Amino acid sequence: MIGPGKFCAALALALAGCAAHAAGPRAEVIHWWTSGGESAAVKKISEAYRAAGGVWVDTAIALGEQARSVTINRIVGGNPPTAAQFNTSKQFLDLVEQGLLNDVDDVAKREGWETLFPETVLRVIKVKGHFYAAPVNIHNMAWIWYSKAALKKAGVAAEPRTMDELFAALDRLKAAGLVPLAHGGQSWQDNIVFTAVLANVGGADLYLKVLRDRDPAAIGSEAFRKVLLTFKRLQTYVDPGSPGRNWNDATAMLITGKAGFQIMGDWAKGEFALAGKAPDRDYGCIAGFGAAPPYLIQGDVFVFPKTKDAQAVKAQKLLAAVATAPATQVEFSIKKGSIPVRSDVDASRMDVCAQKGIAIMKDKSRHLANGEVFLTPDQNGALADIVTAYWNRNMPVEKVQKDIAAALAN
Amino acid sequence: MGTKLNAIRRHAVSWTAMLPMAAIVIVAYLGTALWTLRISLSSSRTFPKDDFVGLAQYARLFANDRWMLSLENLALYGVLFIAAALVIGFLLAVFIDQKVAGEGVLRTVFLYPYAMSFVATGLAWQWMLNPEAGIQQAVRRMGYPEFRFDWIVDQDMVMYTIVIATVWQSSGLVMALMLAGLRGIDEEIWKAARIDGIPKWRVYASIVLPMLGPSVATVFMLLATAVVKLFDSVVAMTQGGPGTASEVPTKFIMDHLFGRANIALASAGSIVMLLTVLALVAPILYARSRARRPREAA
Repeated sequence: MIGPGKFCAALALALAGCAAHAAGPRAEVIHWWTSGGESAAVKKISEAYRAAGGVWVDTAIALGEQARSVTINRIVGGNPPTAAQFNTSKQFLDLVEQGLLNDVDDVAKREGWETLFPETVLRVIKVKGHFYAAPVNIHNMAWIWYSKAALKKAGVAAEPRTMDELFAALDRLKAAGLVPLAHGGQSWQDNIVFTAVLANVGGADLYLKVLRDRDPAAIGSEAFRKVLLTFKRLQTYVDPGSPGRNWNDATAMLITGKAGFQIMGDWAKGEFALAGKAPDRDYGCIAGFGAAPPYLIQGDVFVFPKTKDAQAVKAQKLLAAVATAPATQVEFSIKKGSIPVRSDVDASRMDVCAQKGIAIMKDKSRHLANGEVFLTPDQNGALADIVTAYWNRNMPVEKVQKDIAAALAN
Repeated sequence: MGTKLNAIRRHAVSWTAMLPMAAIVIVAYLGTALWTLRISLSSSRTFPKDDFVGLAQYARLFANDRWMLSLENLALYGVLFIAAALVIGFLLAVFIDQKVAGEGVLRTVFLYPYAMSFVATGLAWQWMLNPEAGIQQAVRRMGYPEFRFDWIVDQDMVMYTIVIATVWQSSGLVMALMLAGLRGIDEEIWKAARIDGIPKWRVYASIVLPMLGPSVATVFMLLATAVVKLFDSVVAMTQGGPGTASEVPTKFIMDHLFGRANIALASAGSIVMLLTVLALVAPILYARSRARRPREAA
């Protein structure tokens, strides 16, 4: 039996007029969750929103950059969506400073966001004492994945626990005629490897000094030089077909057992799952090296463009509450491959890797924000250009250090 | 008296007819160009800002390694692409001009690449050039295990792959325009040359080619604008990589306009490109107007 609300919601996609007569508050949401797993994930939020009595109007736009520029153009043009997806980063800071977003302070206060969410997430969503975004999930973009079949073939008995053990394993894979490191040679993927090395080899202190403080002394230091050289050393383990490869094609190399390792975000789990591979049985996930490696926090949020329409404000508040509710967060993350932002959830239905992540997140000292939280999109891009140039070109490491210092000084 | 009124009326009609076009030029082209210039002198990020920072964005632009590399790449690409497309397009036109059988089919085949979106054909090129999936692998399987063709993953050769792919795409258009020019050559010239016993290639090189001057100029302008606009082929084939080896100015501008939320720096890049184009086009236009003037006087 189709209820009138559901019927109207379905119809609302075709007939804009219907939504106006719907009972609940109508929320048009712009997001870029368009791939198979992603759209299954966002469906969980829309279902929860409808169950809470609202009317969900889905505006999915492929590619984050594209979706964000549509959002910004519509806000500037005076026809903003009710809510829009951004990454947990400085991407929407300009919107906040221009006074173009509504805050959701009363929802945040009622639900106790202050104590519920990790410090690194609060740092992004809370500007000058007001909450401007509802966090949906946490991704860690620096997981180290490995194919159990490939490692077995190369005679690597145990999963590496240090960077040196990783290099030893890579050497054995190379000797066995396999591709040691499956890598997609695109700028953003080069930068994921860089971030992983900075966190694991440099440690949280150096990481923060470089990316948060943009400290020229730290960038010129011997420790950072070692990070860069380790990063460059990893490049010698990729195959010649790597440049330009898509990340999921690299993951496929692990799935077919052609390659040993890949450094990639936890969204890679979706690819393994599609191929019918199970964590711990077919592939392994390493969150980092050392006793207590940091957990790199990235993720998605909803922001709420400024509006005076009472009905729309109601919708914004309802969505903020629904998207951060424990059940929605778990359901969403199971499909998305991420983990919930709040720690007070029942994680028993999540996979082994996600549970590993949730366990790590319980230790506050291991939280580490991704670079985009500290850097403007512009600085982040300038850094990315240098990192990808260094990965692909032979240049003195001193020049790279100097270039990074100059790029972050802006 | 009556004729004067008629002239005014005639002028009024033609002016009214031109008004929409003039408005579009002034508002859409000049207006946005001026607005871009204004933004490039500000410290705007995601949104336009009203402040004034002088030439700071330009200083930053020219201190940026990626931008400088983009300009170098574009210069190298421009010279090779225009030269190769002109030569190949002309040769194809000459070939078809020999009254070959199946001319219609061949013309279509040569022109077809131009009709297709480069986003699609660029992906096909990417696969063909990929050392592990494309030509290299195919030739190796045929029994030449030492064969190497991995330009697209090579820092120093990647720009040449873009030249190859875009020449493939554009030379058909050059052919079509050149062929139209060739067909406009008076048959009498050919007859006279035959009687004088001048070899065919010599007629093409010394007589026909100079007569094709206007066609060549048109083709040159079309190719030159394609060079400045170079974007989709890079995005489809290499995404600027490996690393930053095949970055071009338009991609730099697009990245900063949207992904990197720095419209001031992107605007500065656009203005630099506009000035470059003007610097290249102005001498050509000037030379043309000079060439026309004596004839008008005569």
